[in-house]
Amino acid sequence: MANNDPFVDYLLRLGDNSLVLGHRLSEWVGHGPAIEEELAVGNVALDLLGQSRMWLSLAGEVEGQGRDEDKLAYLRDAGGYRNLLLVEQPNGDFAMTIARQFYFDVFHHLLLGGLSRSGDPRVAEIAAKALKEVDYHLRRSGDWVVRLGDGTEESHRRMQTGIDDLWFYTGEMFESDAVDQHMSAQDVGIDPSTLQPAWRERVAATLSVATLDMPKTSWTQRGGKRGVHSEHLGYLLAEMQFLQRAYPGASW
Amino acid sequence: MKAARPPEGARPLGGTARSDARGDTSVATKPTAGQVWQWLEAVPDPEVPAVSIVDLGIVRDVGEDSGPEGPVTVVTITPTYSGCPAMDMIAEQIESTLRGHGLERIRLVTRLSPPWTTDWMSAKGRESLRQYGIAPPAAQSVIAFDPKQRIRVVDPEIECPLCGSANVECISEFGSTSCKAQYRCRDCREPFDYFKAL
Repeated sequence: MANNDPFVDYLLRLGDNSLVLGHRLSEWVGHGPAIEEELAVGNVALDLLGQSRMWLSLAGEVEGQGRDEDKLAYLRDAGGYRNLLLVEQPNGDFAMTIARQFYFDVFHHLLLGGLSRSGDPRVAEIAAKALKEVDYHLRRSGDWVVRLGDGTEESHRRMQTGIDDLWFYTGEMFESDAVDQHMSAQDVGIDPSTLQPAWRERVAATLSVATLDMPKTSWTQRGGKRGVHSEHLGYLLAEMQFLQRAYPGASW
Repeated sequence: MKAARPPEGARPLGGTARSDARGDTSVATKPTAGQVWQWLEAVPDPEVPAVSIVDLGIVRDVGEDSGPEGPVTVVTITPTYSGCPAMDMIAEQIESTLRGHGLERIRLVTRLSPPWTTDWMSAKGRESLRQYGIAPPAAQSVIAFDPKQRIRVVDPEIECPLCGSANVECISEFGSTSCKAQYRCRDCREPFDYFKAL
């Protein structure tokens, strides 16, 4: 399900990252380690869901084929999703969820900062709004990386495992393809490869304070941005889309 | 800011009265924008009912547009947080409130830019929050993440809404709604909500 318009693809990537990660986080609701984290994880999920709605609505508008946010969210199969592999990875333990969130938040913050200066005002205004929320997301996940890393022996071990196990999904965030290059040349999008030095620097600074080791492998797993996903996304969509698939057009 | 409330006696919505040959019969007396603002002040935020949507800065503009059946009152609102589930209810309440005052042609417009900030909250809104038991937002927006600084630092402007002490601590920057954080007072020992700066 390729889109001819790179702008639509670009917007789907933005919307799908937020939608899939928001859905993953919502799986914690009812299972949080403490009431405060229960609320925090639900709030972050809600922010991401709201951001996703704005990106997907704009994608549908630009595409101009009558697909709105709901059709895009509920009626695309895994191959039509454009999110990064990182955000669809299962929650694991709390440290794994935090590692995934931290990697994404640092990237998301840099990306939205750049997009808030986009030449397309519709992109710029969504990014500027989302950026303020992501400030809070980053403070929370960064704080947890430090607290767990520089915590007990067990929390340190778990945090290091999360950081290590998800590392090879981080390279994909910075791989620039034809869609990225086109949108960046149009002054609408950002070439993600330009964000990598700042991302590495920020991640390294936090890991160092957290007494954690920065992973050294350079091999990267890739595919999400062009619709080639890990097996996990199918299960996630099966749950998220169930109602609309079983009862098309249902609403309340 | 465009959304600054118009002064008393602002011009009536729909231009000068009686200049309309078609004769607008939908509203007995054409309300001024100032009146519409006043009506909207009676609409509470669904999640923090102590404060109105006007005092929160959600209503950005009240204006008028022409429609096929006559002038339409246009109310421009902005979402607080992207995922705030109260926005739909706020839109419904605006409509039903204005209909209750006799306005028939109403259009709601959502504006994203500039993004909503707690700096738009009115002095009255801040005071109502305090009396309701929620510490009002500090003027400064979000502090950037710095790994060297444990974030459970407290903005000096935050005071316990119950005893007024500034000796407070942050429990979590996320609370029962998107717009609130959880704090605790070290003096009176009470936990309280803080309407966080955005």
